[in-house]
Amino acid sequence: MHSSEIIGWFADIGLSDRPTVGGKGGSLGEMTRASIPVPPGFVVKTAAFERFLSALEKEEQIRPKVEALGTDQLDEITALSKHLRARLESSPLPDDIRSQLLAAHAELCGADSNAPVAVRSSATTEDAEDASFAGLQDTYLWVKDAQATLNDVRSCWASLYSVPSIAYRRKHGLPEGGVAMAVVIQRMVNARTAGVMFTRSPLTGDRSVVTIEGSWGLGSAVVSGEVTPDRFVIAKITGEISVRDISDKHVRHLPAPNGGVADVETPEHLRRAPCLSDDEIVGLRDIARGVERHYGRPQDIEWAIDQSGKIVLLQSRPETVWSSKDRAPVAKPAENPLQHVMKIFGGRR
Amino acid sequence: MTPIARAKGFPPPSSLKVVAGTESAQASFPYYMQFSKEDDERFWFYNSMHFPEPMCVFDMITAEAAYCALGSANTRVHSLPTTLGIDYRIINGRVYIGGNAVTDPAEIARRTEEFQRRAFYYYANWERLFAHWKDKMMGLIREAQALPKLELPEFEPLEHVHAGRGIASNHYILDTYQKTLEGYFRMWQHHFEFLLLGYGAYLTFFDFCKKAFPEISDQTVARMVAGMEAEIFRPDDELRRLAKCAIELGVDGQFREGTPPGEVIKALEQLGDPGVAWLKELAVSRDPWFNVNVGDGFYHNHRSWNDDLSMPFAALPGYIANAKNGERLERQTDRLVTERKQLIADYRELLETDDERAAYDQMIELAHRVFPYVEGHKFYCEHWYTNLFFNKIREFGGLLAERGFFPDIEDVFQLSHYELEAALVDLMTSWSNGSPPRGISRWPAIVRERKAAIAEWAKHPTPPALGPVPDIIDDPAIVMLWGITRENLDSWLATGEEADCNEIKGFAASNGVVEGIARVIKSADEIGRLRKGDILVCQITNPSWAPVFQNISAAVSDIGGSMSHAAIVAREYGLPAVVGTGTGTQKIKDGQRIRVDGGRGVVTLLE
Repeated sequence: MHSSEIIGWFADIGLSDRPTVGGKGGSLGEMTRASIPVPPGFVVKTAAFERFLSALEKEEQIRPKVEALGTDQLDEITALSKHLRARLESSPLPDDIRSQLLAAHAELCGADSNAPVAVRSSATTEDAEDASFAGLQDTYLWVKDAQATLNDVRSCWASLYSVPSIAYRRKHGLPEGGVAMAVVIQRMVNARTAGVMFTRSPLTGDRSVVTIEGSWGLGSAVVSGEVTPDRFVIAKITGEISVRDISDKHVRHLPAPNGGVADVETPEHLRRAPCLSDDEIVGLRDIARGVERHYGRPQDIEWAIDQSGKIVLLQSRPETVWSSKDRAPVAKPAENPLQHVMKIFGGRR
Repeated sequence: MTPIARAKGFPPPSSLKVVAGTESAQASFPYYMQFSKEDDERFWFYNSMHFPEPMCVFDMITAEAAYCALGSANTRVHSLPTTLGIDYRIINGRVYIGGNAVTDPAEIARRTEEFQRRAFYYYANWERLFAHWKDKMMGLIREAQALPKLELPEFEPLEHVHAGRGIASNHYILDTYQKTLEGYFRMWQHHFEFLLLGYGAYLTFFDFCKKAFPEISDQTVARMVAGMEAEIFRPDDELRRLAKCAIELGVDGQFREGTPPGEVIKALEQLGDPGVAWLKELAVSRDPWFNVNVGDGFYHNHRSWNDDLSMPFAALPGYIANAKNGERLERQTDRLVTERKQLIADYRELLETDDERAAYDQMIELAHRVFPYVEGHKFYCEHWYTNLFFNKIREFGGLLAERGFFPDIEDVFQLSHYELEAALVDLMTSWSNGSPPRGISRWPAIVRERKAAIAEWAKHPTPPALGPVPDIIDDPAIVMLWGITRENLDSWLATGEEADCNEIKGFAASNGVVEGIARVIKSADEIGRLRKGDILVCQITNPSWAPVFQNISAAVSDIGGSMSHAAIVAREYGLPAVVGTGTGTQKIKDGQRIRVDGGRGVVTLLE
């Protein structure tokens, strides 16, 4: 298991490798190195995309054509997008990339060549962490063989040329030369329960709590908003669970028999049952604290719990909403500390 | 009984009628405690925290002395800027109270200036003044203990005559009675000397934490401030110590559930040395730590452990069993101190700026300075002194019962303190002139009538509040002492509208979720009905109930905040607790299955 210009195993990469492995890949590597539980995987680095693209550019221009588009030329954008995506998805990979990818896939899946993997886009631009940009690139779940994996890598690359992605870059005047994409390939967890958590309250910005949202099955049901998740709030320091909002979780995302994900109705006895035990809530809190401490700032985290009850993290990114807010200090030190009591005794609070 | 919720208001006092047939018992409360028409304009709430049961007319002295002292501390001594004292009224034996807010900005400014000259001096010199306070309280207790025994001998003792005392024994009846009342009123003055300032400093820190950490639980803030050696833990600690002694002395076999204390003591005496050694240890614990009463110090019938050993003795078999199972009985003070320190440091680290950390340090320093008083005063005031006081009144009761004023010593509490003084003067006169006392034909019927009235009043629940709801509750005394906020008044009003809702909300007092059988305990006399694993549902608990907590699985109380005793003791025992539910004892049925979520402050009725 060794990394190369094309392949970066999680254990060999970190946040500083972001230009070649993307934000998501860098974060997964960073966590792996910090001994935070992450399903194993590797990144198909941007160099692979660059070589694939430059091979295609030789046949027919890509980047100059995109740059030539005006912001308001929606019809032209749509036509070009369709054309480019079809090209990227159908063109063969350069031989050595293909063989390195297959070797890494085989190594990742070991004896079980059909072991399901996730193929996830990992963009390199800062903007990719912006909520308005995130989600414009594709992710493929429960991909079950090597050939399908290769196809999905190309689809991820192609998603850079989706209509919204092109439109977004044109609108912000981003140079096409700086656009590159890495792709994460990661073993998939057959999640019993999955979801997201925030190391500060999304409601109040409180840094002393971890807010956890989760539902049955794969986390995609929560991330996509298809199900109202259970919501738990646990005190970061004391471990007190102060909120347990159990919702009606009518649907689960489960692995489909032939790969991919299926929406499955939740059995009656699980719908209103809490998807996490108190011990698991505390376990998630412990991991969340570790991740936050590692990064030194509040985090948004995607997590899953497998069928055996083991917790793994799928992603962690910095929390941006509250961190960017200017907040007046709650109190300042007083020259005479007794002045503080006037807040209580002084009236009209 | 459900209050008829008007738009933003509770029923006016005038709509609350005296229960039919109890009019003369109601009239026994002095004129200044009776509602009048003008009171309809004001907001009142039922002080079920201190007076959860209808009170008999002597016991109103606890309201009278307490509100005189609370008001003078706020209004005249420390000059709280936005509030004067508390008004109170009694109807059907229920005590309603209302605050006297100061709203004129100029007056608030004037009072603020005074406050900073007065209250700030107390804060700045807290340790010295508090040490002085303890001396004063101990002096007061010694004085009460030294009050003379009451005697009306047939002939004045010869030595008095030969010494030329010149004052006969009947004079000392009145003198001792007046001193008894005087001491009690004085005790309440001292009770409020520090109280509001103490709560205020604590709330200052609490308020800061709630702003810096909007989702922090009340109990976490309380844990950061709570002391480890406070007097409120001592009675329970003594029981643990006695359990350990029993095992060490090999007499633990004598403590069995259900055996009356008298029998246990007799058996121990018969055992010889080890039994006698244990009884010596018991005597050490009893003075003063068994001077804790089973109520909150406001009812004569809430006897102390010293007066009735059944509560502490009922707890001993459990503590002995726990000790034998290898559980450490002593509270692990060192561990608690370390935990508290860590908790404070961990939250400090989460603050975002150095300024905030500096302010946090200042506020918690002040909260720690005041807290020994906040936690410790009750033992001296509401428990130790109050027990001495009620027991002294019992002596007067004995004197009167002996001479036929009423059948039972306890009947003395059916007379107001004014009436009691009259009866004593009647007795003094009778002793002096040889005629029978006039009271023997007067009091027995009145006592019967008043006892019947109290029993009747107890059957009629009373609205939690009366009159128009103020837009804002800005009175720090009311917020601090009773936890009354605009939000919980709104929820009380809503309760009237959605009577069938199966959730009851209160303060999240101690974390955890438990389902079990509710045992609704309406007065301290019913504690014996609790079985292992029951959920205690009560109006209020206090330190002497602590042993009960070793058996129950959760606690729910009608009134109280995160610093109430139920909350503190529940945290100590690691049991879920929801306090300040307002209506828990009325909505939960005895024997009903309920779920207590102490982290959320919600009680769910499951059947």
